[in-house]
Amino acid sequence: MACSRLMWATRAASYLRISVPFTLRVRGFSSVLKDLKYADSHEWVKVDGISATIGITDHAQDHLGDVVYVELPEVGASMSQGSSFGAVESVKATSDIYSPVSGKVIGVNEELNSSPGLINASPYENGWIIKVEMSDKDETNKLMGSDQYSKFCEEEDAKH
Amino acid sequence: MRGGLWQLGQSMTRRLAQADKKTVARRYFSAEAELKKTVLYDFHVANGGKMVPFAGWGMPIQYKDSIMDSTLNCRQNGSLFDVSHMCGLSLKGKDCIPFLEKLVIADVAGLAPGAGTLTVFTNEKGGAIDDSVITKVKDDHIYLVVNAGCRDKDLAHIEEHMKAFKAKGGDVSWHIHDERSLLALQGPLAAPTLQHLTKEDLSKFYFGEFRMLDINGVHCFLTRTGYTGEDGFEISVPSENALDLAKAILEKSEGKIRLTGLGARDSLRLEAGLCLYGNDMEQHVTPVEAGLTWAIGKRRRAEGGFLGAEVILKQLESGPPVRRVGFFSSGPPPRSHSEIQDDKGKGIGEVTSGGFSPCLKKNIAMGYVKSGSHKAGTKVKIVIRGKAYDGVVTKMPFVPTKYYKPS
Repeated sequence: MACSRLMWATRAASYLRISVPFTLRVRGFSSVLKDLKYADSHEWVKVDGISATIGITDHAQDHLGDVVYVELPEVGASMSQGSSFGAVESVKATSDIYSPVSGKVIGVNEELNSSPGLINASPYENGWIIKVEMSDKDETNKLMGSDQYSKFCEEEDAKH
Repeated sequence: MRGGLWQLGQSMTRRLAQADKKTVARRYFSAEAELKKTVLYDFHVANGGKMVPFAGWGMPIQYKDSIMDSTLNCRQNGSLFDVSHMCGLSLKGKDCIPFLEKLVIADVAGLAPGAGTLTVFTNEKGGAIDDSVITKVKDDHIYLVVNAGCRDKDLAHIEEHMKAFKAKGGDVSWHIHDERSLLALQGPLAAPTLQHLTKEDLSKFYFGEFRMLDINGVHCFLTRTGYTGEDGFEISVPSENALDLAKAILEKSEGKIRLTGLGARDSLRLEAGLCLYGNDMEQHVTPVEAGLTWAIGKRRRAEGGFLGAEVILKQLESGPPVRRVGFFSSGPPPRSHSEIQDDKGKGIGEVTSGGFSPCLKKNIAMGYVKSGSHKAGTKVKIVIRGKAYDGVVTKMPFVPTKYYKPS
């Protein structure tokens, strides 16, 4: 990930007493994956037939900072699009996670119980949060594509 | 994730209820235009500072280091904080000590010249108006720093009492140090780094002490104090010299002392068991309930003579109804307003600050419980989003403090 490389670079530089340009803005480097769908509340969805894998985006984890706890739903719980199904806790902030699709939870990433930092280290792969069996696949049409989501993040950052 | 990090600034003072989000967002935007800026504002932005509204000021909540890394670096190396939003104040005049003693719980008269202490401004009911670090510069000069968020009410309170005091012939006046900026330099490298910038010997200058001296060639007020639990200083510097001083400190530390924002400052003070006014201490909370009985001078316990003394002295005698305590807990980190229950599920209090400790790698919190449930080792439940998690009452500070005291 671009941002963790940057962090490493600045940290290494500080140990090595090299001066780095302080104007680097880490947040501009968040990555977005082409084949995923995105919600405006910063979750991603990977669709495979009627199953959907859900996590939070690189942009979201970057803004949250070090994730220290993930509250997961139970397998079998039902989800509706736009409603909260869990929470991500960072050192200072609590953020609800909203389901980008409706359906039933068929899997949760238990590894997050012991390693919540996977959300930071690998937001699109090992940091996935739940798998849902979708009840209405058409709902994914309401979500953003990667280009639209990148633009959405830029606009949101500019506002703040 | 709605809100996401944008809540961070808000969560410093209060966790938002879901339902309030729209209102808060509006307030946030309307307030942003009028936010005050410290003289270091552009320096923060140029260094990657993420600026958020805090007590009417635009302040850096973090820079490009994460809050976790910043917190750890403060304890390992050092941190430089811009705390110019806080309000420095001098009280002068031959009666400034008897005047101040009417408003605070400290034995100000008993302080040696150049010595200071944490104190509390109380109201008639014994509740806390604010907490403040006060210093007796000399018998006719007191220097103090009050919280940014309490500035207006504190100044109004002091002014009202000052008018009455002067009307009776008392000699006291004030000067608000708006011409100065305040930097907090904290951590094990604070003293060696600052020593490069002054000729005065800092090895004989101890925790709580105050001195006026030249730093980086400029006349500064230096207090050996802080809000992290580490050794360190607060440096009041003329505003036109603040930027040069900040740069000199960072340079002399060879990059090891890092600019640090309010996010890590909150983690650090929580680990050190220190109160955040507005969260852990409020108008209705007495210093005894807040665990600051040690700050009530011996003479003051005997004589009273400060606002709310009757309530406070009575609590000293018969014990307070509630007490501030620390907790370790499992599950998600507790936040302010999480309910505290006894092991049978009965409500006994509320969390006032909480989070994940970057140094201890576990949840820490402080809050108020009924007396009787306050002893270290008492098992409790902490309710977060409807679920009860195990917690235990714990002594504070959570991380040992390293104040520089004579050995």
